[in-house]
Amino acid sequence: MTTTTEKVIAKAPPKPVLQLGDRIFAGSAKGAGILILVVLAGVAAFLIAQAMPAIVASPADLPGGKTLVAYIAPLVFGTILAALIALLIATPLAVAVALFITHYAPRRLAQGLGYLIDLLAAVPSIVYGLWGVAVLAPATLGLSTWLNTYLGWLPFFAGPVSVTGRTMLVVGVTLAVMILPIITAVAREVFLQTPKLHEEAALALGATRWEMIRMAVLPFGRSGIISGAMLGLGRALGETMAVAIILSASGAVTFNLISSDNPSTIAGNIALQFPDSTGLAVNTLIASGLVLFVITLLVNALARYIINRRREFSGAN
Amino acid sequence: MKTVRHGARARIAAVGIAASGALLIAGCGASNESAPAGDAGGSAAPSVSGTIAGAGASSQQAAQEAWIATFTGQNADANITYDPSGSGAGRTQFLGGGVAFAGSDAYLKPEEVTQANTRCKSDVVEVPAYVSPIAIIYNIAGVSNLQLAPATIAQIFDRKITKWNDPAIAADNPGVTLPDLAITPVNRSDKSGTTQNFADYLKTAAGTSWPYDVSDSWPVQGGEAAQGTSGVVGAVKAGNGAIGYADESQARDLGQAKVKVGSEYVGPTPEAAAAVLEASPRVEGQGPSVFAYKLARDTSASGTYPVVLVSYLLACSKYPDAPTADLVKAYLNYVVSSDGQSVAADKAGAAPLSDSLRSQITPAINAIAAGS
Amino acid sequence: MSIDTERQQSGAEVTAPPVPSLVRAELPTWAPWAVLGGSFVVIGALLAATGGFSIGMLVVASAVVYAVATYVLSRVVEGGRKAADRLVTIVVTLAFLIALAPLVSVVVTVVGNGLARFDVEFFNSSMRGVIGAGGGGYHAIVGTLIITALAAVMSIPVGLLTAVYLVEYGKGRLARAITFFVDVMTGIPSIVAGLFAFALFALFFGPGVRLGFAGSVALSVLMIPVVVRATEEMLKIVPNELREAAFALGTPKWRTIMKVVIPTSIAGIASGVTLAIARVIGETAPLLIVAGLTTGLNFNPFEGRMATLPVFAYTSYAAPGVPREPYLDRAWTAALVLIIIVLVLNLVARLIARLFAPKTR
Repeated sequence: MTTTTEKVIAKAPPKPVLQLGDRIFAGSAKGAGILILVVLAGVAAFLIAQAMPAIVASPADLPGGKTLVAYIAPLVFGTILAALIALLIATPLAVAVALFITHYAPRRLAQGLGYLIDLLAAVPSIVYGLWGVAVLAPATLGLSTWLNTYLGWLPFFAGPVSVTGRTMLVVGVTLAVMILPIITAVAREVFLQTPKLHEEAALALGATRWEMIRMAVLPFGRSGIISGAMLGLGRALGETMAVAIILSASGAVTFNLISSDNPSTIAGNIALQFPDSTGLAVNTLIASGLVLFVITLLVNALARYIINRRREFSGAN
Repeated sequence: MKTVRHGARARIAAVGIAASGALLIAGCGASNESAPAGDAGGSAAPSVSGTIAGAGASSQQAAQEAWIATFTGQNADANITYDPSGSGAGRTQFLGGGVAFAGSDAYLKPEEVTQANTRCKSDVVEVPAYVSPIAIIYNIAGVSNLQLAPATIAQIFDRKITKWNDPAIAADNPGVTLPDLAITPVNRSDKSGTTQNFADYLKTAAGTSWPYDVSDSWPVQGGEAAQGTSGVVGAVKAGNGAIGYADESQARDLGQAKVKVGSEYVGPTPEAAAAVLEASPRVEGQGPSVFAYKLARDTSASGTYPVVLVSYLLACSKYPDAPTADLVKAYLNYVVSSDGQSVAADKAGAAPLSDSLRSQITPAINAIAAGS
Repeated sequence: MSIDTERQQSGAEVTAPPVPSLVRAELPTWAPWAVLGGSFVVIGALLAATGGFSIGMLVVASAVVYAVATYVLSRVVEGGRKAADRLVTIVVTLAFLIALAPLVSVVVTVVGNGLARFDVEFFNSSMRGVIGAGGGGYHAIVGTLIITALAAVMSIPVGLLTAVYLVEYGKGRLARAITFFVDVMTGIPSIVAGLFAFALFALFFGPGVRLGFAGSVALSVLMIPVVVRATEEMLKIVPNELREAAFALGTPKWRTIMKVVIPTSIAGIASGVTLAIARVIGETAPLLIVAGLTTGLNFNPFEGRMATLPVFAYTSYAAPGVPREPYLDRAWTAALVLIIIVLVLNLVARLIARLFAPKTR
């Protein structure tokens, strides 16, 4: 196939070409983009149509007898809290792991190691849920007690310590593990694409490896890191099964990360409440889904803004 | 040039491998699904055939699996599926005409009965199918024989009693040394019929000690919450000092408290659970074929265990086509038969329906027929 | 100059011979290892003395001490820049080891629990007519493969083409809108995607619809944005020089994209697509809603319910019969099989990447 390309390249007339193929290709690419918009419009229309009854209903008819805002607000808090913990843990770790694979590990091993990290993404979320409950939660009991004893003056570790370990902290860590490979994969590919000339120039000027990374690799990869982190955040915000299985969700609004009294997340709450809900309760859950939709929208708008601002500084063209 | 050729060949090979893999999968059936030769079932009843789908309560999942397996073993041409999508989803699907039968942990409300009658264009059939004792499970190192009065249980789960050596608990357990250990009540974090039945028990039996309304979501904030029966059992197992409620059959390796009924303490046995249904009045005015029971949670009859979950099966008394009607009739008859109930008791820990109850409900099932 | 004075000051203390000014003192190659061993011994002794000995504490504390000690030693002997370099090396390596810890733990847990039923019967029987022990997940394996393959067939072309449009053609409002809404799409909770697919199919087939294909549609909604984002990122970092070189030779744009841009980034795209498949293949919630569950084999995604591995594992875990063990064993084995399937997919993706990528270096 490469040979035909060579032939085409060699035989191509030196005038600007606008072939039929070009038009078809451009058209289908555009069509695919529009199709996505249509699908999304469908999802949004469905969400809004289904959420409407809950929005217009009187508070007394809603689950818990509270207003819709009062029902969703703690869930929003929990969703953002869990996702932020995950992002705070995963992003630095993922950048470091990507650097290790691309610039520190021995060449021969590098690909295999990257593959190992990708394996983390291969584990289905329900398995993370089971693992979080069976392994991670009991393992954090000692740590939680320690945090409570020595850092109990921080609101995050105020306690009382959960006896089962099924806490917001464990959910955050589990989500971090789940999004780590996503951020790593993007960061790794971007780091690998750093212009070799930039790296070699830095080294030739006597920079240490770290200085070379700081001056050539990281600025080049910044938009990739942010983009990867946002991909990860998207998954952390919408993660359903693992949160539902692990978290001891009792609806409190608290920064306390180690007690058994935790806010639920939007997605987790939908999974927990949906199967046995009927009528207006379903509409309320879908309204909360709509809110999650909007949150992601805002987060992504922010990320895009950051990336676009940074673009001029990056080495990409 | 050479490398290019090699690459092309390898690509073709890769595609070939992928294609042959797909063929391999499509090529063979499951070893346990070989087509039956002739009438495999030895049952005297005429064999039924066709496909029906059911959906609903996940509490019935294990029992439904067992029923379907035995029933389709006897009627090889019948195909039945059961989706454990939840009671609410099951009722919604049934009312919307999506499934032929549904499982529900709560009986239909009057307005739902009306909807169901409209959907069926005939009377809806509602029969108890799966009765399961809800055990109050606990995990306290060194304590293996806990007894609790209803009011004490209510206060423990309401977080009014917070230590295991509380005098109220000690009063129920003379001679038992209770540790100075914090109580961690574990409740379901998802909506469930188990929660509803347990809360109903607390409301009825404990009176003022349980100031909450009965619903399928847990009313008390701040306790340990876990998803599903497996989640609650896991949480109680993991936490020293934890107490929770779960299907008895799923928590046999944990301590199960005896509950005070009248003047005696009764453990969660299938017989004691079935006895409660026996002592409960039928909900009147719902329709001729609706067998819903207002459970006598506050009974003081000897040998009854009032913390039970009763899960119902919903069906129509008229189906548009005869094969579906026959299949539904045969399947429901099998479910409530002594055979079906003993299979559920064996494989899902259910409490078998009594003979007298069965004789009341079978006429309604036998009335299922084609027509509109 | 400042280096010289510093060197002379430190040299004066140990009265070492003057070093050539352009070469800095270096730690011998065995020094980091010695420090590592030293930290282990010191921390081990300390922990043993205080009575709080545990493997976890030993590893964590030793790692911290090792990092600090190396930094200090290197700073004294080699100066600040080298010390920072060494510190970062240690931190980055540690980060990698930390990232591996959960992987090892998950794999040990799943393999340990899943091997019990990892037998021939699991792969050649379904659950039809099986109560209690025995049976297998063949029907679920088939369902997962068919549903995911259909989802991939729908998502990958759409995702790839959209990414190409965004990077190569997209200018103006439409491209900005697509970029933005693809981002939004990544945030659709899986269960909402399931509800959407269900509502869509219920419009056409009535409220009782349960189809494998509906599951594929739900998974596509989740998968497309991941494919777009990953591919877009990879296409963006293809140097413009390559495109310009192709244009300069008179190659039409679409051939440039097909023959230059995509092959250059195929490794990244393949890895992104694999990640996208891995993301959806383990989805439970949407499939529970739209694909349902059956105990028997179903090869036709357009007719009737289809069991899938995650749903099979989930329901086996969530609603086991009596006794529990056979159900839980099957759940773990289903999880193990799921992981293995993704592993194989990963390998295939890498193979594709290697076969199709141009030799650049």
